[in-house]
Amino acid sequence: MKRGGVVGRLWPTLIVAGLAAVALAWAVPAAGTVDAPPRGLVAGLLAVLLLAGASVRQVAALDGRRWYGTATAALFGAWIVYFWQVGVTLFDVPRVLLPAPSFIGQMLLDRGDTLAGDFVQTVLKAVLVGWALGSGLGFVVGVAIDRAPFLQRGLLPLASLTSTVPLVAVAPIMVMWFGFDWPSKAAVVVLMTFFPMLVATLAGLQSAGKLERELMHSYAAGYARTLLDLRLPMAMPFLFSALKVNATLALIGAIVAEFFGSPTVGLGFRISTEAARMNMALVWGAIVVAAVTGSLAYALLVQLERKVAFWHPSIRSR
Amino acid sequence: MAMAERAALRERALPVLVVLACVLLLWYGGAVGLNRAGAVERVLANSHPNGYSTADLVSTTLNMERPVLPAPHQVVADLYSSLVDWPLDSPRNLLYHVAVTAQSTLVGFVLGTLLGIALAAAIVHSRTLDRALLPWIVASQTVPVLAIAPIVLVILGSLGFSGVAPKATIAMYLCFFPVTVAMVQGLRAPQRIETELMHTYAASRLQAFWLLRLPSALPFLFPSLRVAIAAGVVGAMVAELPTGAQAGLGARLLTGSYYGNTVGIWSALVMSALLGLGLTAAVAGIERLVLRSRGAR
Repeated sequence: MKRGGVVGRLWPTLIVAGLAAVALAWAVPAAGTVDAPPRGLVAGLLAVLLLAGASVRQVAALDGRRWYGTATAALFGAWIVYFWQVGVTLFDVPRVLLPAPSFIGQMLLDRGDTLAGDFVQTVLKAVLVGWALGSGLGFVVGVAIDRAPFLQRGLLPLASLTSTVPLVAVAPIMVMWFGFDWPSKAAVVVLMTFFPMLVATLAGLQSAGKLERELMHSYAAGYARTLLDLRLPMAMPFLFSALKVNATLALIGAIVAEFFGSPTVGLGFRISTEAARMNMALVWGAIVVAAVTGSLAYALLVQLERKVAFWHPSIRSR
Repeated sequence: MAMAERAALRERALPVLVVLACVLLLWYGGAVGLNRAGAVERVLANSHPNGYSTADLVSTTLNMERPVLPAPHQVVADLYSSLVDWPLDSPRNLLYHVAVTAQSTLVGFVLGTLLGIALAAAIVHSRTLDRALLPWIVASQTVPVLAIAPIVLVILGSLGFSGVAPKATIAMYLCFFPVTVAMVQGLRAPQRIETELMHTYAASRLQAFWLLRLPSALPFLFPSLRVAIAAGVVGAMVAELPTGAQAGLGARLLTGSYYGNTVGIWSALVMSALLGLGLTAAVAGIERLVLRSRGAR
């Protein structure tokens, strides 16, 4: 009963807020046509701000459906983009400081081929190769030293320590060794992704319980059988969380490594040179590409994990 | 007792030392292998025109002026001379650059931590913020937020900020995300029975926050602080790259790569690793002190 009341009050708020927002956006003069923002429009902006706050609060108060949470976040994000757009236009913020979202979107369309080239250079070459090689190597080394407790005790503390070291700083050395093109960036990414995967593999292989191991033993299963049928499947959640962490790390590593020198293509190159030329809309465009790539990679890995480790309690409980 | 401790030490320290020794050996081997071509072409062809022995080759490769891979002792010698031969405020002393980077890291870290804790407290107490803002903060963990650094530098630069402020801002926003996510989890850690106990004591929201939520969030806070300070070091170093900054470990790396000063790059690399380790160790030390004073064992 009560929920019906909340939902009943929600639609008027949403509709009023939406209409007011559209009216304000229509009334705002194009940037640069007036000296000072008209006082009436500033008042209107404040009013829409209040309405927007009320609408977000009412949607957040909804209970019962799972997607209500997503809807709240989406509505909030939409309002942020709206006020960014209207605020930048109304107060005539210089493009160097903060370009309007519409301008960034325009840039994404106009310079789409440039950004596509950057995407291929940074993501499809440096990140993908480096991430696959680094994670693969970490996994292989982890499995290889699984039977050597002495090596494990020696490597594990050092591998854990590397998470506190700014490994990106090897970029200038890699540029010297492997040249300006993408192999040097991939090498940085390999170094950054290797250790998290090694640590996760070792932890994951240890995670099979004593009971299960003894069961395998009672089946007269050898080392390889136990590894394949028990311990690797048990390690999957560890491996996937390392793969996810590594995806973000790999993007950061490749982009930052390009700050140290690159051919005239690549997301990091685009960000640093266009920022130096004050062409901020294109910088934001490159960042949008990087952000979308990061989120998509994460979402893909989550889906893959559901396919591969569907039986695991941590996934079934979701 | 002492015996057991010594045995435990041997158990834990010996493997690490062996691995480190192997790394050192590999490093020397790599230095000989990688520098060989340059050594033969640039040095040995002139000094030993009639052929050279293996010993000549090895000693030359390990002591080149611009090696492809400097030998460990060259890096140590360069570090030592930069630390001892120059006064602390000279840009030739690496400690000066460490101090510059550490300063912006620490300022950003403290600000980011405070901001993260404040925002987490607000999120825990406001359903609207929890539903509207938290998903975006969590999602930002999958995005390379470090890429925004050049934009922050340009915006703050055109607003007239220079020096520590822009670098600290970048370190701050990198520190802020993990702290917020962990603190939201931590502040929600108290069980229902505990919050209800606070309620029966007629404790106000503020009292419940100070006496129950904050203490039970500490085990979540400190691991995130260790992540945050490591991210802060990276942020401060990256912030030193595009500004043409003269000081700081990041600027040092960049000038080293411009002038092909390999030994200098390696020294800066070692120093930045030590800075990261040192700051993390400091956070871990504070963690131990705080948890001990709260009676944890």
